[in-house]
Amino acid sequence: MPIQYYIYLCLTLFSIGIIGVLTRRNAIIVFMCVELMLNAVNLLLVAFSKMHLATALVADKATKVGTDGQLFVFFIMVVAAAEVSVGLAIIVMLYRNTHSVDINFLNRLKN
Amino acid sequence: MIPLLLILIPLLSGLAVFFLKEARSSKALALGSSVITLALSLMAVSSKGVLHYDASWLPGLGGRFTLMQDGMGKMLGLLTAISFPVVFAATYKNTYQKPAAFYGLMLLTQAGLLGVFLAADALLFYFFWELALIPVYFLCSIWGGEKRIVVTFKFFIYTFIGSLLMLVGILFVYAQTADHSFALQSFYNVQLTGKQQAYVFALFFIAFAIKMPIFPLHTWQPDAYEQAPTATTMILSGVMVKMGLFAVIRWVLPMVPGAVKGHALFVIILSVIGMVYASLIAIKQDDLKRLIAYSSIAHIGLMCAAIFTQNQIGLEGVMIQMFNHGINVIGLWIVADVIEQQLGTRKFSELGGLAQKAPTLAILLVVLALANVALPLTNAFVGEFLLFNGLFQYNIWIAAVAGISIILSAVYTLNMIQKIFYGNTVEKTNNAVEIDFNVQVVLGVLVVLVLVMGVYPQPMIDLTKDTVNAIFAHR
Amino acid sequence: MSKLVYLIPLFPLLGFLINGLGRKHLSKSMIGIIGTGSILASFIVSVLVFFDVKATGTSTVVTLFNFIQVKGLLIPFAFQVDQLSVIFLLIITGIGTLIHLYSTAYMHTEEPAHFGRYFAYLNLFIFSMLLLVLGANYVIMFIGWEGVGLCSYLLIGYWFKNNNYNYAAKKAFVMNRIGDLGFLLAVFWLIFKLGTATYSDVFLHVDKLSAFDITAITTLLFVGAMGKSAQIPLYTWLPDAMAGPTPVSALIHAATMVTAGIYMIARTNLLYSMAPGTQTLIAIIGLATAIFAATIALKQNDIKKVLAYSTVSQLGYMFLGLGVGAYTGAVFHVMTHAFFKALLFLGAGSVIHAMHHEQDITKMGGLKKFMPITHITFLLACLAIAGIPPFSGFFSKDEILMAAYAKNPIYYYVGLGGALMTAFYMFRLYTLTFLGGFRGTQAQASHVHESPIAMTFPLIVLAILSVIGGLIGIPEVFAKDAHSLGNFLTPIFAQSAALATEHHLEASQEYLFMGVSTLLIAGIIFYTISSYKKYQSTETENTGLAKLLENKWYIDELYDAIIVKPLNAIAVFFKNIIEKNIIDGGVNGVGKLVSYSSRQIRLLQSGQVGNYVLIMVLAIVVFILIWFNDLTLSYYLNRLFKNA
Repeated sequence: MPIQYYIYLCLTLFSIGIIGVLTRRNAIIVFMCVELMLNAVNLLLVAFSKMHLATALVADKATKVGTDGQLFVFFIMVVAAAEVSVGLAIIVMLYRNTHSVDINFLNRLKN
Repeated sequence: MIPLLLILIPLLSGLAVFFLKEARSSKALALGSSVITLALSLMAVSSKGVLHYDASWLPGLGGRFTLMQDGMGKMLGLLTAISFPVVFAATYKNTYQKPAAFYGLMLLTQAGLLGVFLAADALLFYFFWELALIPVYFLCSIWGGEKRIVVTFKFFIYTFIGSLLMLVGILFVYAQTADHSFALQSFYNVQLTGKQQAYVFALFFIAFAIKMPIFPLHTWQPDAYEQAPTATTMILSGVMVKMGLFAVIRWVLPMVPGAVKGHALFVIILSVIGMVYASLIAIKQDDLKRLIAYSSIAHIGLMCAAIFTQNQIGLEGVMIQMFNHGINVIGLWIVADVIEQQLGTRKFSELGGLAQKAPTLAILLVVLALANVALPLTNAFVGEFLLFNGLFQYNIWIAAVAGISIILSAVYTLNMIQKIFYGNTVEKTNNAVEIDFNVQVVLGVLVVLVLVMGVYPQPMIDLTKDTVNAIFAHR
Repeated sequence: MSKLVYLIPLFPLLGFLINGLGRKHLSKSMIGIIGTGSILASFIVSVLVFFDVKATGTSTVVTLFNFIQVKGLLIPFAFQVDQLSVIFLLIITGIGTLIHLYSTAYMHTEEPAHFGRYFAYLNLFIFSMLLLVLGANYVIMFIGWEGVGLCSYLLIGYWFKNNNYNYAAKKAFVMNRIGDLGFLLAVFWLIFKLGTATYSDVFLHVDKLSAFDITAITTLLFVGAMGKSAQIPLYTWLPDAMAGPTPVSALIHAATMVTAGIYMIARTNLLYSMAPGTQTLIAIIGLATAIFAATIALKQNDIKKVLAYSTVSQLGYMFLGLGVGAYTGAVFHVMTHAFFKALLFLGAGSVIHAMHHEQDITKMGGLKKFMPITHITFLLACLAIAGIPPFSGFFSKDEILMAAYAKNPIYYYVGLGGALMTAFYMFRLYTLTFLGGFRGTQAQASHVHESPIAMTFPLIVLAILSVIGGLIGIPEVFAKDAHSLGNFLTPIFAQSAALATEHHLEASQEYLFMGVSTLLIAGIIFYTISSYKKYQSTETENTGLAKLLENKWYIDELYDAIIVKPLNAIAVFFKNIIEKNIIDGGVNGVGKLVSYSSRQIRLLQSGQVGNYVLIMVLAIVVFILIWFNDLTLSYYLNRLFKNA
């Protein structure tokens, strides 16, 4: 499958994430959109990694070129998991304090 | 070795004073240290030739710890060294909050000033320039008058902008030097095109013009003089404004002679406008401190104008007038301080008839005031005679206009004497008493200096001759 | 002997130091002895120096040390002893001694400390005046020149509790300073062109100066003389200077300091003779001052004011003399004027002393019988100033007027008019004070007395000098070569005399002028005495011209309106508008601009996370576009920089 399809899919996912982050006011949905963006990048990393590997295997059967992209994906997933736990905890604390998860109320730093 | 000690002694004793607890011991240490500095500087004056000191400093940046004390350095070093003990002795009975910090900062200022006058390395010069500025900022903002915060902020921002412009100028010239060095001599030898010279001149001169200050960059000064604690004001106007004049002579004149020549008329006209303008404003002041401040602006304007005439007589005049003005103006500030401390006011409208209560003070002030109007046989006459002479040789009409300030200075100075000392006593002066003995002694010393330098100025002229000759030999 | 000339100013300086520093510890008699003795010592040395100069006929320069020495300029602290300075030395120290002596009695009611201060100032004045005439260059002369101005300031404001006196003192100093600026500029001009300010060098190299230089220098020097010697337009300080103690008026404002301008021009006579334009200016200003001041004196009622305006007027005659090239005549008149005007002031002081500080002559009268010595000496002085032969004033004034006639007859006629006015106001003063009936209060009448010997002795000495002083300058028509002062001064004025074209009057014509003028003056005197003898003070207000004269032509008011007030207005404008609003306002404006714009920019930081993210995303999009399309960016950047 040509790489373009992956790229279009990732761009779409990423844009959905961005638009979600920009337009939604519910913190949990914003959070999910952030995850969506992360995963769009992950998908892209895996796709390119596979593409580079496939190209390199033609010349050399034992090569591992491009596998580092897949390694990055694992890193990102680990970091994302940690981030989710911290982020969700913040949102929960937020809900306890303000009884809302609307991010427009998160302007305490203003003034 | 003497130049190094001249800086180290006030620096180290200044740092030491910070750790003292008692007011008395910090006063004593400050006075003692300043007297030692004075002795050292007298040694420097009596020694022959140019004194050098050189050590490695910030090799990564190309800066060296190079000190050079020629005639002008000796003269200004002496002025600085005389000023501090005089100021400490005259204000010995004043009490300050946190005295240790006060005296510590004063001594750091002295170290900075001496460093400025002795530095022969542009980076070092900049370092000391700031070292002299920053303690003064704290002195004014902690011990100053009611409006000290606003005024000190203005003073600091004003002079700091100047300093930064100068830093840009220093770095620019540094980049152009053949051997990539900050040394004074490399700066002198730098080859700049006409346009570059003009930029460098502007960058440096704005910094120095703010410091002097010359019209119309002067408005920080009366406010700062009024609000600063008087001991600091004495240093500010007696010594610190000389930094600007000194720096123009030391750094700007030999480095960018073409630009100096090109801008001379502009600067001289500004200075002369400033002289007449400041004198006129001084006539209408009701506050003793502000009067002295504006009078000082007028006098500095004359010196600045004379520097830019670039003739030998004028420059000799600047040399001795820098010293003389320092002595005279410190004397006037001491009188202002004494009056304010004793009577609680500096307003002429609330003073009068003091000559009946304090005749000694009256006599001492009259001599200092006469020096302020440059009466012959006081020190300022010799200086102003040479300065006006230089100005006259540059342009007759400019000298004539500048001469108006001679008349105006008589008006405001005599106003001052009359309003403070003559007439009948008023409410605030009814119970005035004669000044303290320590102030009498200090003022007496200054008055003797005024007269001796007025009758026999030749040693001072000879002291600074080498600097002037070097400047004219350079071109 | 001439080598010891530095002793002459040294004694007064020592007197100043001793009296000044020891004024709280010395007794009054001690102060008086030191003060007077120091001047007497100077006088004795001056006499010795005089005979030395008279015998040798040479001029000596005594250099003490180098005052200022820079590359291209040497100002030695040097004294020049020659015929001109010696004459002035004698006048200053001689009259100075008499006036110091007089002061010991006149000021006896002062407290010791103030008494000491008075004598210290007086000694300092003599010191400065001696520097002025002894200096061998214009800078040393200027030291004395400003020094006497300072002493004049200090002595006018001697009674410093009175603020009117202080204003008078300040006015004197400031007006003198205006003149001093002219003097100073002239000195700079000389130094600029010749590189020296020493008399002998200047006169030696006078050919290096262009005609314009000479005219400018002489005019500027004359501006200095205008200030110091109270000529139009800088004369108004002198009448106000009468606020000082009367002996001070006699010494400083009549006999010595105000003649400094004449001395200076006589010293510079060579330059003036080469500048005919300046000479005409001097003659006209001198003559105008002589007439103008005389008209004011006609209507003054303050005894000292009359004498002050008379002094201004007489100084005008001296300048007329200088202007027409009669340098000897001017110096001669300085000398005789010093005698009779000092005498008049001291006599006036004696009267004021007796009348308990009453100065209004309409409230005096008939003092002749109470104060015989004062009366007689005053009368002699009046005759001398009026120009009645053979009193001293006749010879000196006649010499000036004759020279003026030779130059331009109009000068003579106008000058003669002034001389007639002089006779009128002097005898009006004399008659109102000494003749007729006593018009003062009863208390004054019971106290009026002749002054003590310390005051009358100087009067008598000066009276003798006023009578016989003219004999040192007997005109050519009376006897050949009898003008001993002229002969003595010949070396000083030799060079300028060579430049001038001599045209003498016929002897018969000169006799005619002398006779007519003497008759006219005598007539005026008789008229004045007879018309004022029966004077009774009336309360009617003067009108018309008389009011104008009484108010001194409103010159003070005019100066106030055209100089002082506008200057004050400008100063206030500078202080309150330019300084506060424009310059400082501009500086503060920059500060305000910075803080305003930062407040505005701060609004971008809304605190809404969404906004930040939106901006971030937009920025990323923009950067990506630019990155993908870097040609566009460099295109724009290039355009931007190439145009700059």
